[in-house]
Amino acid sequence: MRTDKLISLGLAALAFTALSGLALITAFIFKEGFPLMMKVGLTDFITSSDWYPREGHFGILPMIAGSLAVTAGAMVIGVVFGVGVAVLLTQFCPPRLVGLLKPAIELLAGIPSVVYGFMGVVILVPLIRENLGGSGLSVLAASIVLGIMVLPTVISISVDALQAVPRPYYEGSIALGATEWQTAHMVMLRAARSGIVAAIILGMGRAIGETMAVIMVAGNTIALPTSLLSPVRTLTSNIALEMGYAAGDHRQALFATGVVLFVVIMVLNTVALTLSRRRARGASR
Amino acid sequence: MATGPHAEEPQGADWLMRAAPAPAGPAVVAGTTPKVVVEGFTALFQGCAVLRNLSLQLFPRERLAIIGPAGSGKTTFLRSLNRLNDLEAGFSKTGRILLDGQDIYAPGADVVALRRRVGMVYAVPVPLPWSIRDNLTYGPRLAGTRDRARLDQLVEESLKNAFLWDEVKDRLGTSAMNLSGGQQQRLCLARALTLEPEVLLLDEPCSGLDPISTAKIEDALAALRAKYSIILVTNNTKQAARASDRTAFLLMGELIEIGPTEQIFTNPAHHRTAGYITGRFG
Amino acid sequence: MRVPPAVTQRAAVGLMWTLAGLTLGVLLFIIAFVLWKGLPHVSWEFLSQSPRSMGREGGIFPMIVATAYVMGLGVLIAAPVGLATAIYLTEYTREGRLTAAIRFGADCLAGIPSIIFGLFGFVFFVITLGMGLSVLSGALTLALMVLPTVIRTSEEAIRAVPRAFREVSFGLGSTRWQMVTRVVLRSALPGITTGIVLAVGRCVSETAAVMLTAGSALGLPRGLFDSSRTLSLHFYILSREGISMAKAYATASILIVVILAINLFAYWLMRRFVAKVR
Repeated sequence: MRTDKLISLGLAALAFTALSGLALITAFIFKEGFPLMMKVGLTDFITSSDWYPREGHFGILPMIAGSLAVTAGAMVIGVVFGVGVAVLLTQFCPPRLVGLLKPAIELLAGIPSVVYGFMGVVILVPLIRENLGGSGLSVLAASIVLGIMVLPTVISISVDALQAVPRPYYEGSIALGATEWQTAHMVMLRAARSGIVAAIILGMGRAIGETMAVIMVAGNTIALPTSLLSPVRTLTSNIALEMGYAAGDHRQALFATGVVLFVVIMVLNTVALTLSRRRARGASR
Repeated sequence: MATGPHAEEPQGADWLMRAAPAPAGPAVVAGTTPKVVVEGFTALFQGCAVLRNLSLQLFPRERLAIIGPAGSGKTTFLRSLNRLNDLEAGFSKTGRILLDGQDIYAPGADVVALRRRVGMVYAVPVPLPWSIRDNLTYGPRLAGTRDRARLDQLVEESLKNAFLWDEVKDRLGTSAMNLSGGQQQRLCLARALTLEPEVLLLDEPCSGLDPISTAKIEDALAALRAKYSIILVTNNTKQAARASDRTAFLLMGELIEIGPTEQIFTNPAHHRTAGYITGRFG
Repeated sequence: MRVPPAVTQRAAVGLMWTLAGLTLGVLLFIIAFVLWKGLPHVSWEFLSQSPRSMGREGGIFPMIVATAYVMGLGVLIAAPVGLATAIYLTEYTREGRLTAAIRFGADCLAGIPSIIFGLFGFVFFVITLGMGLSVLSGALTLALMVLPTVIRTSEEAIRAVPRAFREVSFGLGSTRWQMVTRVVLRSALPGITTGIVLAVGRCVSETAAVMLTAGSALGLPRGLFDSSRTLSLHFYILSREGISMAKAYATASILIVVILAINLFAYWLMRRFVAKVR
């Protein structure tokens, strides 16, 4: 019996790794970034457009705007394609094709972000440049690339949400004479609403957090975007691009950017988790 | 649990009309020390009493049937005897259960050893998804038996005692999932026997089995009476009448009556027992 | 004028199929394009030699080794920890505050972007613990990144084992640990392995985190504390600095081939797992 106790304790210790890892990450990121945020002033840090590290000006507004623009664009694609494909997979797709589509979507998730970025550079950017003007490195390019990248997340979580809708909902609607499409968008989507919102929020989190692909196609200019064709730099790109040579306050400022990212994503993820947990507890109406 | 293609049962329906073999071993002699003593045992789940103040004795070399309608606490009673109820959230108990005079719930009691002495067969056959041989050697291996020859011997003996040896002796390495329902249940009985327990608990072992498999298991229990104390929980009063020496009637967690099977079924002392047996309720 | 519902349905379904087709098309296009442009440049020399003049010439052998080291070590750390966590959550505790806390930790960890992992790995492993830009730092960081994946897939696999098996094991006189190892894990193994294979796939694709922790040295890593460059990072540098398109495509095609192989393997494992449980 004592061995059992020991084993239980050993497993418990290992089980806390995830939680302690999270705690460590939170602690260190804040430890490195917070002092600078206080030094510069939180409001100044977030609302100033002046990012001149060498002169000690650290304002990340252009990067925030860049991240927002690129994420919004990505979500347009993510929601339309993602929810659409999810509805197709769960309501209209014959089972054999589902067996083909699902692994394909998982494969989409497995492709490295740098390859996506590369394809963006080689195919998408010239396309935009020749047909829409500008340099091609733009919000539009980043949105499209990111949109494709968040699809697997949005699709798989939306599929879970739709599959969790009790069968009687579907059958009841059909029995009343509705077509499958009417059932899908009037009954199923509404019933799976919180799960789909969770999927979208998690997709947003992924889009905001993406780094490499965005660096390759977004242009990386530190300026507020004025149109879809403006080049932008996101919060993540900023960190990745400058971390290689940043020192002192500059490096701290990058960590501070990390703090902002971290907080935003934590909020998003907690909202999404609460939503899906509420759904799981059976609050489907 | 999916069972494989129905393997042929060597006997047909005519075999069912045979005279059942007499139970092996001498019947319990008056004054024998009981094997298991249950004293004022109350079992509670989340504070709700499922068994109330149960007291009875189980003697060596007897088959005790426990009958009663659904929800009477029969399964809870069995699971209290090998402390499987400990695994349930919110289980608590008062009273004592003594095995050979020792309280099985004493603090520091060895639960693992208890479960080797008290074997159990469940209502639904649950073969593990391994070969027949691996299913049977699992218990002894857990207990530390490693000798190949000894394990083989245990496998053969237990299969013979469960009346399954002839049907599977050539295919011990094949998957247990390919056996029919009746064969799987006999396998589970054999599996319990490999540990050479002292008490055998069977929880409605024949529910859902065809009459031939049922008869085989009852024959096996009759033969096993020579060595074991057996408790057979059953929803089927006729099975209790056929296959036991004493019968206990449980109703809503209380022991209403216990006595020799023949007496219970022909002349029960309690009116509720009579009501259940004659089918007035249940 | 009302459009009859049957027509709306056909239009909607048509639209959805178009969307699905586009999605699938993009996937196939990416794979085909990269392989088409890159495979011609892949040769045995490419795979076995070190890069020369910053990667303009030569091969990617050190990058393959570096990727193998970082990924191998990362999974070697994450797999037992993740499996232990899953076992603890499912077999050793009841649902309650404790399990909710552990799950919260794992779920949050899953949502953190790789660049933050990179920052953390840099400040914690590289600097504070003094490991420097190295295979070890990279592996530890990646282990933390893929931990939630291993936990989630292991938990699913363990939960799929029927409850009755556990009772049978206890009834035959096993301790909890014996039940877990001899019965549950034996049945859950394919599902758990699938999770680990998926974790391997994630490690191979990861760039931002290794960039800040394993560094980007071109040489062959000889030990845990050597800095090194993984395949995906090498590819990124080649294409971003415009060093050599041919080599970039070639590296990308190797990456794609590895990812395809890993995914196919995981898919095949999953099929076997489902077949067994049925």
